[in-house]
Amino acid sequence: MLNNREEQFDAQTLTVAQIMEIKSFTFRMLVVRLNDTLIKKEDYSTASVKDGDDLKIIHLVSGG
Amino acid sequence: MSSFNQIRAILSQKTIGIAGAGGLGSNCAVSLLRSGVGKLIIADFDVVSDANLNRQFYFHDQIGERKVDALRDNLLRICPFASLQMHNIKVTPQNISLLFSTCDVVVEAFDLAEQKQMLIEYMLTNHPEIPLVAASGLAGWGGTEMLRIQRSGSLYICGDESSEVSDENPPLAPKVNIVSNLQADTVLGILLGDKQ
Repeated sequence: MLNNREEQFDAQTLTVAQIMEIKSFTFRMLVVRLNDTLIKKEDYSTASVKDGDDLKIIHLVSGG
Repeated sequence: MSSFNQIRAILSQKTIGIAGAGGLGSNCAVSLLRSGVGKLIIADFDVVSDANLNRQFYFHDQIGERKVDALRDNLLRICPFASLQMHNIKVTPQNISLLFSTCDVVVEAFDLAEQKQMLIEYMLTNHPEIPLVAASGLAGWGGTEMLRIQRSGSLYICGDESSEVSDENPPLAPKVNIVSNLQADTVLGILLGDKQ
């Protein structure tokens, strides 16, 4: 699940960074939650996402 | 169904923290206070400027005043008995726990994405039990059908997650008010239960 939608990827496991590249997420500020656990920026390239995981990538943009 | 007195009886026992008293924070505070929330803890280090008046809950004769002072005055005009804790301070990882750890819900109401991320990461790491209602994406006008609330555990994000504020796409009163009130309504949902 990516952002509440079912998504299929070719590989069995992918890192958060690889998924961002595939989906071309380019926003500077993000909050990444894997199964409701916070993934920090320095861990994007090591945190792996398995089949059935719930990944949320939330864009933070300025304004308030 | 609950009467307003029943709703107010529940909300009067609650404390809400609001990080930032700009377009989001000032308007969200007004709605929460009008709904009957017992106590508000609000932190901001800015002063009211002419440019704020296009969307923030301040008045022309308050230009130059500290936002926390001006907002206290305005909120007390709505409810003279409100319990308000105002902090003229820049919110940093060093003071978030001190400011907000007693809150039932915290509202992220900053302007800059970097600040939003700082608060979200700190709260999720150190206070995952406190619901955090943040906002992202509220610039310009139109596209209000894109506004939504994303939930992930104790984190709620209100906005369209894409319309970023810039010189060419400034924040304007209608959408800022909609999102700040989406935040306030989300807070009520958390405190009162999701639906009637």
